Amino acid sequence: MNDPWNTLRQFTQARIAQGRAGCSLPTSALLDFQLAHAATRDAVHQPWAIDRFAKAVEMLGLEALILATPITSRVQYLLRPDLGRCLDEASRQRLKSRTAEAIDVALIISNGLSSTAVDSHGLALLEAIVDTYQRSGLRLGPVCLAPDGRVALSDEIGALLNARLAVIIVGERPGLSAADSLGIYLTYAPRIGNTDAERNCISNIRPPDGLPYQAAAAKLAYLIHEALQRGFSGVRLKDDMPKQLLG
Amino acid sequence: MNYYTTLHGKHFNFRDLRTLMARASPQRAADELAGLAAGSEVERAVAQRVLAEVPLKTFIEEPLIAPEHDEVSRLILDQHDAAAFGPIAALTVGEFRDWLLADSSDLSALAAGLTPEMVAAVSKIMRNQDLIAVARRCRIVTRFRDTIGLPGRLSTRLQPNHPTDDPRGIAASILDGLLYGSGDAVIGINPATDNLDNVHTLLNLLDEIITRHEIPTQSCVLSHITTSMELMRRGAPVDLVFQSIAGTEAANRSFGIDLAVLREAKAMAESLGRGSHHLMYFETGQGSALSANAHHGVDAQTCEARAYAVAREFSPLLVNTVVGFIGPEYLYDGKQIIRAGLEDHFCGKLLGLPMGCDICYTNHAEADQNDMDNLLTLLGVAGCSYIMGIPGADDIMLAYQSTSFHDALYLRQVLGLRPAPEFEAWLDRMGIFNGRNSLADGRAATPLLSHFSGLSGA
Repeated sequence: MNDPWNTLRQFTQARIAQGRAGCSLPTSALLDFQLAHAATRDAVHQPWAIDRFAKAVEMLGLEALILATPITSRVQYLLRPDLGRCLDEASRQRLKSRTAEAIDVALIISNGLSSTAVDSHGLALLEAIVDTYQRSGLRLGPVCLAPDGRVALSDEIGALLNARLAVIIVGERPGLSAADSLGIYLTYAPRIGNTDAERNCISNIRPPDGLPYQAAAAKLAYLIHEALQRGFSGVRLKDDMPKQLLG
Repeated sequence: MNYYTTLHGKHFNFRDLRTLMARASPQRAADELAGLAAGSEVERAVAQRVLAEVPLKTFIEEPLIAPEHDEVSRLILDQHDAAAFGPIAALTVGEFRDWLLADSSDLSALAAGLTPEMVAAVSKIMRNQDLIAVARRCRIVTRFRDTIGLPGRLSTRLQPNHPTDDPRGIAASILDGLLYGSGDAVIGINPATDNLDNVHTLLNLLDEIITRHEIPTQSCVLSHITTSMELMRRGAPVDLVFQSIAGTEAANRSFGIDLAVLREAKAMAESLGRGSHHLMYFETGQGSALSANAHHGVDAQTCEARAYAVAREFSPLLVNTVVGFIGPEYLYDGKQIIRAGLEDHFCGKLLGLPMGCDICYTNHAEADQNDMDNLLTLLGVAGCSYIMGIPGADDIMLAYQSTSFHDALYLRQVLGLRPAPEFEAWLDRMGIFNGRNSLADGRAATPLLSHFSGLSGA
């Protein structure tokens, strides 16, 4: 039995107006779901071609620094979030040996749970973000690339880079309707042991269906400005940015 | 205190009560990640035997987390009602299981005499069917614009999320859900951003839809509690105040809350006068304390039960364990998710809470929709107060799968469960239901579809 309100699908990707067979889904809708789930399961395990990504970052005229966590496999990444939150010893030493010139923002990119997301949107988002930094005169360190990282990895990297703020761009876990969504997490005064209450998050960055790059970069610039002014980030830092500034 | 036993000449030693509790827990990834799980199946089974011998009163005498370091522990001791505890005060954990299963009366009066640790302990030595049979006898009824938790009823939270919070996209999902009979527990949006303007816009949208169409339900935008508080100050129409909560003070701090802020928020909601008494909506889930590195060596399921002590302090309209949302590093597969869902529902109900369950999984867990069907059916039998209703079970903003509008209809059909009475009457009046707890054939002619308020402008 069809639902005559299927024109409403123009407003959302949600699985609305699917019709029914008794109380259940019609066969075609059921099979669509199964296929989407299968494709998403495959996407979770896809590795990140980090060298190619690093070259592309350098093409933008930025310094790319490849770092690593102690994670050795995708399965281990899924089961050991603690290992995804720290650098391996070689990476730690590498950051320690850099001249400790203070910077404003440590910028980290990780594939997280979706390599597809960083490959599809990572560079364009990076460009938009760097553009806002340059306009506001923020001192940016190297673009740190770390495969299989968790959000809190930005605490250690930010601390070692002597940064006032850490920003991590990370692949969000794939959903059935979107396997390519990026999130950004911002932490003021990064150090090991920061809690999630000290972070601000911008999620669902995946144009055209999710948040556009420029809007995400503008929101991040707003949050960075506010965090530097007030000296904190997280739940106390309310996003009171007027909508029209998102562009 | 040390706990030990000898089996076939082999000595088993458990350093303290929380270690014993963790070793006795049915297998799950979270406890393995924390290094708390039993080292073998035999050690687990032995720990369950030893735990069964522990007197219930030990949980009062030996707090798992020291009250001087944790306000949730202090709250648990303050809440404990010795008179209500009376009938079971002399029992061990094992005897308590027998007592629960032998009795056949309503268990609601017992809640005040129980602590989360007692309930968690007994759940660890219960089979899935025990968890179902006992939870079924706890009737917890709450009320805002309609009544949730009555016998023979199953409610749903309509969850119309959208990746950019587009009001028309959200309205389209709400309309679809209402046309499938969903939304009597709450229409609750997880916002993509906590931006104050944005959340305010969504609150206005929900308020207008509910008011215009006289829907006997309530709204919630699940932003951080301090965002809701700021918006209440700005005059926004807040029905239910939402917050994620956990079972230790440190985990709650990682969420940016403590008991004081929960109290303050509830008082603000009361002063709005929109509902009478049940004004809060809490979400929980096993693994959150570990995820925040704030579990104090206590197993994930016991930490979860402690979160219910926090919840019941504030007489919520709804509590929801988002059981498979956290991921496979905490609940690895369908089997672990199903077990955890039944435990959480049992523990919450026994502690007096209006428990619902977000029966769900993420795409990196070893689970699929068949596992959700299983847990859905089991929780329906267990008398779960409400489940989620999401278009096609696919949340396009949070990127996980839960239960759908269709799933709720299935459960109502096979178990003969009805929506909340006020909402059912509304569905009949709107021509969406046919007066016999089923979708009406001619429901496309409902005035709700032609006059729906959320779609006109953006």
